[in-house]
Amino acid sequence: MTKVLAISGSLRSDSFNAKLLRCAVDLFGDGVEVEILQGLKDVPPYDEDDDRDGAPESVRALRAAFAGADAFFIATPEYNSSIPGHLKNALDWISRPLATNPLRNKPAVVVGASTGAFGAVWAQAELRKVLGAIGARVVDAELAVGHAPTRFDGDGTLMDGDLCEQLGEVVDALVSAVAERHELARAAA
Amino acid sequence: MSAIQTQIPPGTWNLDPVHSTAGFEVAYLAGTFRGTFRDVEAELDVSDGRARIEGTANVASVDVKDENLAAHLQSPDFFDAERHPELRFVAGDVDLESETVDASGEITIKGVTKPIEVTGTISAPITDAWGNERVGLRLSAAVDRTEFGLNWNMPLPTGNEALANAVTILAELQLVKAA
Repeated sequence: MTKVLAISGSLRSDSFNAKLLRCAVDLFGDGVEVEILQGLKDVPPYDEDDDRDGAPESVRALRAAFAGADAFFIATPEYNSSIPGHLKNALDWISRPLATNPLRNKPAVVVGASTGAFGAVWAQAELRKVLGAIGARVVDAELAVGHAPTRFDGDGTLMDGDLCEQLGEVVDALVSAVAERHELARAAA
Repeated sequence: MSAIQTQIPPGTWNLDPVHSTAGFEVAYLAGTFRGTFRDVEAELDVSDGRARIEGTANVASVDVKDENLAAHLQSPDFFDAERHPELRFVAGDVDLESETVDASGEITIKGVTKPIEVTGTISAPITDAWGNERVGLRLSAAVDRTEFGLNWNMPLPTGNEALANAVTILAELQLVKAA
């Protein structure tokens, strides 16, 4: 069973990125177990001093969630042309130690939604760069949902058929990347 | 038959890994960044004054002065050690008519194989302290890393990029004739 950790970079209860994430979760097929990451708000600012004799409980939970996943699906908003601080902070915790971090070599894909026209494209680009630096296998697929307040109905369903199709393609690209990685591992064994 | 040709006896010459170095150098920021690979294998097969050279390097053995940089170099951003654990070079027909080596071969980096021209020198054999015949082989070659899918870069405030695409591959090898 492939395990995907789905992460919304927005903490807001009525978040468009959380809605986008839930739409994506519904598109994963049988054989894929998707967990939506909880507790992002509880992660303290990264401090190496706090990581010497056992990380804080929220960080341990975060690391366990990442370690148990085969792949990552991240929906990010854009704050001041970049990644939300708490999302970057969580990835900074996850990334240490770099050589053995639980993102390393695992496929990760990024999408984003914003109230403006561009769908968080700068934050997405920044996030892909950060994931690459951490060692993730960043999947070459993207979706930018601009004008987000007009894209979802009252139930949080993505109303635009083209965007739904593109979201499905991003989901498929992630699943394919996991399958390819598992296949290569089997072949090498 | 030249003097050098007669000085390099036919047979198989195996790498002395301890006294050999293989790596790369590339312009980065205001200077040149260098890295090497700790685990390298190479073999030289000499016959009638010509040679076949084959060498490999283990990507996971990349040796730089920062462990986080070493981890980044092994990641999919760069060499992708998980998927492509080995670098490989082979030149099937190298002329050893003189001390100057000028050969065509193939190099495989990140799963991409491309022709490559290598230049260098090969020393006349010596007999080492343990009675083995030994030669020194020094090779260099230029590649464009982006042709092998190593595309990472970082834009500088000036608009230029931090890391050059042109990379020089260097190998300074000592090879010992098999008994």
